[in-house]
Amino acid sequence: MRKLKNIFFVLIFSVIVLNSSNSAEKSPPFLETKWTFKGLFGKFDRASLQRGYQVYTEVCASCHSMKYLTYRNLAEKGGPEFSEAEAKAIAASFEVTDGPDSTGEMFVRPAKLSDKFVMPYANEQEAKAANGGAYPPDMSVLVKARKGGADYIYSLLLGYSEPPEGEELDDGVYYNKFMYGNKIKMPAPLSDDLIEYTDGTKATAEQMSKDVTNFLMWSAEPHLEQRHKTGFRVIAYLIILTVLVYFTMKKIWSRVESKV
Amino acid sequence: MSDHEYTPSSKFGKWFNDRLPLLTLANHLTDYPTPKNLNYWWTFGGILTFCLITQIVTGLVLAMHYIAHADMAFSSVEHIMRDVNYGWLLRYVHANGASMFFLAVYIHIFRSLFYGSYKSPREIIWILGIIIYLLMMAAAFMGYVLPWGQMSFWGATVITNLFSAIPLVGESITTWLWGGYSVDNPTLTRFFTLHYLIPFLILGLVVLHIWALHVPGNNNPVGIDIKKPSKDTVPFHPYIVIKDAFALLMFCIVFALFVFYQPNILGHADNYIEADPLVTPAHIVPEWYLLPFYAILRSVPDKLMGVVAMLSAILILAALPWLDTSKVRSAVFRPLFRQFYWILVADVLILGYVGAMPAEGLYLLIARVATAYYFAHFLIILPVLGWKEKTTPLPLSITEPVLGGSPNLAAARSDEKIEKTIK
Repeated sequence: MRKLKNIFFVLIFSVIVLNSSNSAEKSPPFLETKWTFKGLFGKFDRASLQRGYQVYTEVCASCHSMKYLTYRNLAEKGGPEFSEAEAKAIAASFEVTDGPDSTGEMFVRPAKLSDKFVMPYANEQEAKAANGGAYPPDMSVLVKARKGGADYIYSLLLGYSEPPEGEELDDGVYYNKFMYGNKIKMPAPLSDDLIEYTDGTKATAEQMSKDVTNFLMWSAEPHLEQRHKTGFRVIAYLIILTVLVYFTMKKIWSRVESKV
Repeated sequence: MSDHEYTPSSKFGKWFNDRLPLLTLANHLTDYPTPKNLNYWWTFGGILTFCLITQIVTGLVLAMHYIAHADMAFSSVEHIMRDVNYGWLLRYVHANGASMFFLAVYIHIFRSLFYGSYKSPREIIWILGIIIYLLMMAAAFMGYVLPWGQMSFWGATVITNLFSAIPLVGESITTWLWGGYSVDNPTLTRFFTLHYLIPFLILGLVVLHIWALHVPGNNNPVGIDIKKPSKDTVPFHPYIVIKDAFALLMFCIVFALFVFYQPNILGHADNYIEADPLVTPAHIVPEWYLLPFYAILRSVPDKLMGVVAMLSAILILAALPWLDTSKVRSAVFRPLFRQFYWILVADVLILGYVGAMPAEGLYLLIARVATAYYFAHFLIILPVLGWKEKTTPLPLSITEPVLGGSPNLAAARSDEKIEKTIK
């Protein structure tokens, strides 16, 4: 009987291994990088989040919206933690249409902390028309909306290359080895020294990819730090309680001659 | 039920209890004689009750912030995740809670299958359990639709389309379910209403499930009838209460690991993309706990027969007490059944695995073989085993094998061995 059981487990295991090696052939393994937000006490790299916001706003934001984010989020705990003054200044550099005012007219004013991130296009149709028919997805929860998460986004940003020999690409289509089907309508968005970091960090493509991916991870999971902190406490509490309950149980059951 | 009459000690208690015997009920629940050899596989009943309560409580609060409208559902979920105080915690507990609920229910069901808990006189408990399980699947499916992501929308489309396989009235039924000509806002609002209703139906059935359990009392790993109360039993409180609490805490640690450290691992990335009726995801897959049935559905080439096969796969369980012809309950004393039991476990795991894979080539072949085997287990193997199998001798009481010195010591030992191997 034990032999029989071992046979199934070997079977199941081999199917899983075979399959994972299969899918590995289809898309190459993601590029390796160290994320500070992973692990039991994972936290965001504050400076990287701030740089990531700069990459987003100077590069990505010309096509990609982040409609679930609010300017106040930039100053909130667990995020890029810009000072409130900085966040206000960032907001004020954007214009939003508000109204109607007392005369019934709509008017334009600088954005406030309570405003949502301004979108690059008025609607999906306009976005598609401006991007050769492809809709640049909203990036608020993009990291969670892609298999592979942050590793995938990071790899994709650096995964552009010439198509393999003999493969013809249409105009406005680019080759990316991490993209599903290897064809992507977004041209390589980042190249060395594309922007100048305000904190003086050298803006290599890798650095920018990492920073912006960090920023996107935060935007998808703004309470990640609090989650990790609470999680550690909850689990520590549960373990202590479990141990206490275990000994209580042993004591109670010692009254009857039966084991637990 | 307790053998002795209970009289409250206080005068008021007596007055109250004569009019509404709540104290008698409380006394029955604390004194309830429980076999003392129950192993940890028996703690999942309590764990499941905890899961149900957790889902109801977190669900209630989520419902205060959620908006059941096709244009707003997705963003209201993001609002919960970002702006509601501890909204992320509530939602992750609720979403992972569904998975934990199913994990526990599968263990509970397979425990019953191993120890023959479904057999006479516990058939009604078992059938109530199957109804609860069916309702759980309905609730979970509709709950998964509510965030209105891509997998929500397309999962709802695939599953509701199954009804169109019914001859003659299928199309009309599907339209009726949708409240329109496709999955849309009316579908979402009715799913939300039903998702809110079903847990309370489950709660009612759980009460009946426990009531039905308290008539014959618990089965036990040895599977023999025991005298209650006797030296084979312990009162539910404090013995079983503390043991259930210990097991529940262990379960909660696993639960917390998912909620706090891998909250999205059991979900599908596509569900963080807002529903778009014009874009079909590459692979539409249900949540992990429905995968074995999804595999059965897809393994039959004909749509109607596929639906029939999938439903039969669940409903066949209701007939199990009569399909299993063996008089011996526990697999501990059924050497052949034990082997087939583990093959069934592997079979269901394989079905779950191929359910997540595209239905083509080798996967489809495996799914077909596994589906055929699933039905063969219940329709052929179990009835035949009942009269072919030579069972090992049963002990006279559960204390006997524990104390040793009886001719059934071998049985006691094999019991321990089994427990070790399944742990």
